[in-house]
Amino acid sequence: MTEPILKVSDLSVYYNKKKALNNVSMDFYPNEITALIGPSGSGKSTLLRAINRMGDLNPEVSLTGTIIYNGHNIYSPRTDTVELRKEIGMIFQQPNPFPMTIYENVVYGLRIKGIKDKQVLDQAVEESLIGASIWDEVKDRLHDSAVGLSGGQQQRVCIARTLATSPKIILMDEPTSALDPISAGKIEDTLYGLKDKYTMLLVTRSMQQASRISDRTGFFLDGNLIEYGKTKEMFMNPKHKETEDYITGKFG
Amino acid sequence: MLRSKFDEELEKLHNQFYSMGTEVLGQINKTVRAFVSHDRELAKEVIEEDEVVNEFETKLEKKSLEIIALQQPVSHDLRTVITVLKASSDIERMGDHASSIAKATIRMKGEERIPEVEAQINEMGKAVKHMVEDALNAYITGDDVKAYEIAASDEVIDNYFKDIQALAVEEIRKTPDAVFAGKEYFQVIMYLERIGDYARNICEWIVYLKTGKIIEL
Repeated sequence: MTEPILKVSDLSVYYNKKKALNNVSMDFYPNEITALIGPSGSGKSTLLRAINRMGDLNPEVSLTGTIIYNGHNIYSPRTDTVELRKEIGMIFQQPNPFPMTIYENVVYGLRIKGIKDKQVLDQAVEESLIGASIWDEVKDRLHDSAVGLSGGQQQRVCIARTLATSPKIILMDEPTSALDPISAGKIEDTLYGLKDKYTMLLVTRSMQQASRISDRTGFFLDGNLIEYGKTKEMFMNPKHKETEDYITGKFG
Repeated sequence: MLRSKFDEELEKLHNQFYSMGTEVLGQINKTVRAFVSHDRELAKEVIEEDEVVNEFETKLEKKSLEIIALQQPVSHDLRTVITVLKASSDIERMGDHASSIAKATIRMKGEERIPEVEAQINEMGKAVKHMVEDALNAYITGDDVKAYEIAASDEVIDNYFKDIQALAVEEIRKTPDAVFAGKEYFQVIMYLERIGDYARNICEWIVYLKTGKIIEL
């Protein structure tokens, strides 16, 4: 049995007094895509954000439980969040390229790290853009503004920007829901191609997306993890009635 | 999953179905040979190998259902999966009949036989084998025009069935000791005739695969 790369144990997250996530325990495995599904407000995005410590600066957010990555609780006071976010990158629903060139977007994380060697940066740009399946579309205009690209292209540049920092885990919060189906398909292809190198957690509203590309699926409802297992089993024979009702479209 | 990956899966399904078909074709060939040459060892082989065909069917069913649940195929993709799902049960039934013929071969031990009838059964067996072979080839090439032709050739097999029946009745009258063999002959030609019917079903599925029309040939 493969060791999990990330272990979430008894995690509860509160927004003020409202409990958004209730005692969730989940193991995530390397080189797999795990889909997190569930209706709005079910806690799936809350979990994703907690893994990246995105509530740190929000005084309304409090949390109990542990998230173990690399043998350490990421909520330990000793965790350096900048380092953490290099290892665990995040892609959002709305493509959010910085208002600068495609090239500068991709090397942003590396420049913060203090890397100046042009050869290293050039290589990172090419490799990351290839990894995000957008190299061929932008290689001749790397110094154009990233904001001028289409939504789907912007999202792939954002994926490249994440890849450039060589993360181990990529968190994605509905990365295709703001895109047209063709662009969404390209992103799905890209993610599938990245599986060899990265572990991905994907929050999605599209059941089809979950069933097509993920290895495991977790179903959330009202802050609870109702069911978690192999995608094949979840979609062919879920154990819980709530899961059945959600994936067959009876509610949600 | 990548579209190309999905295409690979469909291609694999298609090829596995063809392998299943080839396996059964081999068994039809063997079982007819075993019956007319009274080869009980060969007949036993056919009975044992039926398990291989059943496993093929289960595997194809599982894979097809998985593709439907996880990929939600539409249009030609959907028809490819449905065709395999339905036609593989037809192929599996052919395998069952081949096995039943093999069982008849074993029961015939030491019985008085009628060589004229067996010669005709051999011919009928060849015709059935050709029909199944043609149907599988039409499936692989997706040739719906050919499928109509092959389905029509089932008439040849039906004619063999009637002729051999008449011949057997006549011969049994002449040689009443051959009545036990006669009973088996009737069964064997019925099994062969049914195999022809299943080959016709395959042809119907080829037409569905190509055109989306569900028809009776």
